[in-house]
Amino acid sequence: MDLLDYIVEVVLENKPAARDPVGQTIQKDLLAKKGYNMVENVRSGQYLRIYLKAADDASAKELVNKMCNDLRIFNPVTQNLSILKVTKS
Amino acid sequence: MTIRIAVISFPAANCDLDAIHVLNNVVNIQADLVWHNYFREENYDGVVLPGGFSFGDYLRAGIIAAHSPAIEQARIMLNDGRPVIGICNGFQILTEAQFLPGALLQNESLKFVCKWVNLKVENNKTAFTNKLKMGEIIDIPIAHGEGRYYTDNLKDLEANDQVVFRYSDEKGELKKEANPNGSLDYIAGVCNLERNCIGLMPHPERASEAILSPKGTNHGKLIFESMIEFIKRRSS
Repeated sequence: MDLLDYIVEVVLENKPAARDPVGQTIQKDLLAKKGYNMVENVRSGQYLRIYLKAADDASAKELVNKMCNDLRIFNPVTQNLSILKVTKS
Repeated sequence: MTIRIAVISFPAANCDLDAIHVLNNVVNIQADLVWHNYFREENYDGVVLPGGFSFGDYLRAGIIAAHSPAIEQARIMLNDGRPVIGICNGFQILTEAQFLPGALLQNESLKFVCKWVNLKVENNKTAFTNKLKMGEIIDIPIAHGEGRYYTDNLKDLEANDQVVFRYSDEKGELKKEANPNGSLDYIAGVCNLERNCIGLMPHPERASEAILSPKGTNHGKLIFESMIEFIKRRSS
């Protein structure tokens, strides 16, 4: 079976229990000060767009999950990993 | 007995030569600077992972180095009880490689912090603190952007006596002003359960000669001398 080209978008974000001073600063020292008082919280993170070959959507997602867990692309002590989107390219 | 220590050099490490200098010229033992791809554990009695910005701190500080061949070699040393120390970026590498529990997050201030601090000795039964006294306050500098210690299991860390150093004021009091980066429970350094591996954010290699210290102290030297003592005790 031919492998297809995929793009998997991944976000690494600090767990709620780990304080996120970057997000806090954006919310408190920028948004709130400029009148965006409706913003209650901002969490910062890292975004990765991974280009890979896979048989189908599910295996593209599974591969990315596996590599991120095996190689600690995210730190399970402090971060959560979310796969935002899987697209055929 | 000739004691041989390796200081591992990673791309963008910048405190490796300071560590080499202190080991060779202040503590007076034989220390080699070893490029991370060439490190062979069987040649050494102990290993130092120095400070810096290994692999540009890409992804997260320490994570790329944690997968390097040198760390696999260091893991053999860890498991057979030889001393392993991670200083600053070395500490970040050791948490990412899971030699030590927890993680180092970006400083609460979001700023790189470079200054002398006071450390309180919380465990003097480790390979790197046996020449220090419990509760003793030592002078030592920090220089980091990601030094906020965090663990999701503080209870076990404390129950197992794995906190080695805490940031404190000059009298040993734990006060918010004395915590330079927002570390959980003022933690500056931790050890493994076996006590042969420690990681700390402060730089003992910059605090080992009186001429470099604003107070004329050389407390950092005791950390390296403790390692030598530990190696001697192991081999006797």
